[in-house]
Amino acid sequence: MNAGQQWVAFTTILVKEVRRFMRIWQQTLLPPAITIALYFVIFGKLIGPRIGEMSGFTYIEFVVPGLIMMSVITNAYGNVVSSFFGTKFQRSIEELLVSPVPNYIILLGYVIGGVARGLAVGVIVTLLSLFFTDLQVSHLGVTVAIVFLTAVLFALAGFINAVFANSFDDISIIPTFVLTPLTYLGGVFYSISMLPPFWQAVSLANPVLYMVNTFRYGLLGVSDINVAWAFVMVTGFCALLFFFSLFLLERGKRLRS
Amino acid sequence: MTAALSIRNLHKQYDNGFEALKGIDLDVQPGDFFALLGPNGAGKSTTIGIICSLVRKTAGQIAIFGTDIDRNFSLAKQYIGVVPQEFNFNQFEKVIDIVKTQAGYFGLPPKLAAERTEKYLRQLGLWEKRHQRSRMLSGGMKRRLMIARALVHEPRLLVLDEPTAGVDIELRRSMWQFLKAINASGTTIILTTHYLEEAESLCRNVAIIDQGKIIHNTSIKQLLRQLNKEVFVLDTREALTEMPTIEGYPGQLIDEHSFEVEVVKGKSLNKLFANLSERDIHVTSMRNKANRLEELFVSLVEPHRNETAEAQL
Ligand SMILES: Nc1ncnc2c1ncn2[C@@H]1O[C@H](COP(=O)(O)OP(=O)(O)OP(=O)(O)O)[C@@H](O)[C@H]1O
Ligand SMILES: [Mg+2]
Repeated sequence: MNAGQQWVAFTTILVKEVRRFMRIWQQTLLPPAITIALYFVIFGKLIGPRIGEMSGFTYIEFVVPGLIMMSVITNAYGNVVSSFFGTKFQRSIEELLVSPVPNYIILLGYVIGGVARGLAVGVIVTLLSLFFTDLQVSHLGVTVAIVFLTAVLFALAGFINAVFANSFDDISIIPTFVLTPLTYLGGVFYSISMLPPFWQAVSLANPVLYMVNTFRYGLLGVSDINVAWAFVMVTGFCALLFFFSLFLLERGKRLRS
Repeated sequence: MTAALSIRNLHKQYDNGFEALKGIDLDVQPGDFFALLGPNGAGKSTTIGIICSLVRKTAGQIAIFGTDIDRNFSLAKQYIGVVPQEFNFNQFEKVIDIVKTQAGYFGLPPKLAAERTEKYLRQLGLWEKRHQRSRMLSGGMKRRLMIARALVHEPRLLVLDEPTAGVDIELRRSMWQFLKAINASGTTIILTTHYLEEAESLCRNVAIIDQGKIIHNTSIKQLLRQLNKEVFVLDTREALTEMPTIEGYPGQLIDEHSFEVEVVKGKSLNKLFANLSERDIHVTSMRNKANRLEELFVSLVEPHRNETAEAQL
């Protein structure tokens, strides 16, 4: 395929992915909006004022960036894992396998589709947050870049999960036992400076911490970690997962008998 | 002339160790209408799966119009359109989106994709249904949807795996007409089927596959000539109580007004009718007994199986 045809193939996959999550918006866009709105009510209005300040901000100001990031992560991941697994399950993956689309285009199409859902939910949640707090943006470039890279990273992770999954159980195990703990303990709700030194060190091994803090830095200008290092790490992880996914596709892992 | 499809020494062993193909060689010429016949589990779908890269081969070479699928898979795939045995489209997508998306996967720009989608959905009588979700279609419509999807990039080689399974007679005939027209316009077609009648009315050449090996590869005419006897069903005006015994024409009574006779190929039927006339039995109609595929298999597959059985001893 020449570059023009590859572009067509890429946009075709992307459009199909966006059409899918828009078609079932009651399952893809609405639930995260409701969940996060509840967090806002509880932390912003009910218990937030009692917690007091965190890193020099009111608790709602502190927690909003974390919650936006959490919804981007869950939705970018969730979109690719369920869409690609569904495609495998219904065997419509064969439509792609018989076509001349190169594997990296298949991967990019699904990943950017997941990024689109992650960002769509991110925007919805951000708009909702405006009812509870004023949002300021200290470093626009950092903010946009880290959200995008994070969405890419988790979309890739979702893709890998889907390739290995053999049943619907397999696509909920990783989110429940890996993704949720990592995000909840990844500095969404608290600053790690509150933790004893040992747990601070442990937390630093959690990649989500770097993304959440970088995003918070973009908005509020404060961070528990070194932002430049966070970018290097996230980009590195993206590259790693990208090539691993590509390797799985090349080998036809669980896709071709 | 480069073959539309050329298969050399194709082997397939599935992950569970089962050897589905044991060295297949096959050539299909451009413009041909080719049938791949064989009993359940013979390896037809496996072969087709490998041709269109849904199944990984264990060994062997495949070239589509001279292009090796391992060397230039992108070009080779542009040449092929495939209609698989099982439904494999997204059940929740609309008919029109399924076909248009497939066009996109083949790199057709949106405007052309839309034109082709309309063209083939109309030709297959699905245009009225274009906004329905695919799972709402009937079985026959789903098959036609898969044919439209396979044609949207206008492949030079169309491969159909049991395209008429579960399709009623009327629709089957109209699908045959359609496939004949596609073939007449220059598309090479390969299909698998269990119906000899289908192969007979559509195809020029045929390969018979059994237990992962090609046991016969010839023209349909040659093949039919090998059926050394035919069974005819005769309906009579008079009620019969027993099978009229006629020397050289063994047969049996089906019911009061019909019986079947076995006639060795090339043998004259005049004697049969003369004999019946003498007995004042009037034949009102006569037809070939339908399912001759069974007989064909018995005559071709059985000796081959005995051979392999002997070889194993
Ligand atoms: N994924 C698989 N793993 C293991 N064995 C398989 C697999 N797919 C097919 N087989 C086996 O390979 C053999 C050939 O199967 P194939 O589907 O090619 O047959 P077929 O000729 O298409 O039969 P049918 O007319 O029933 O469609 C069968 O014995 C089947 O059980
Ligand atoms: Mg089959």
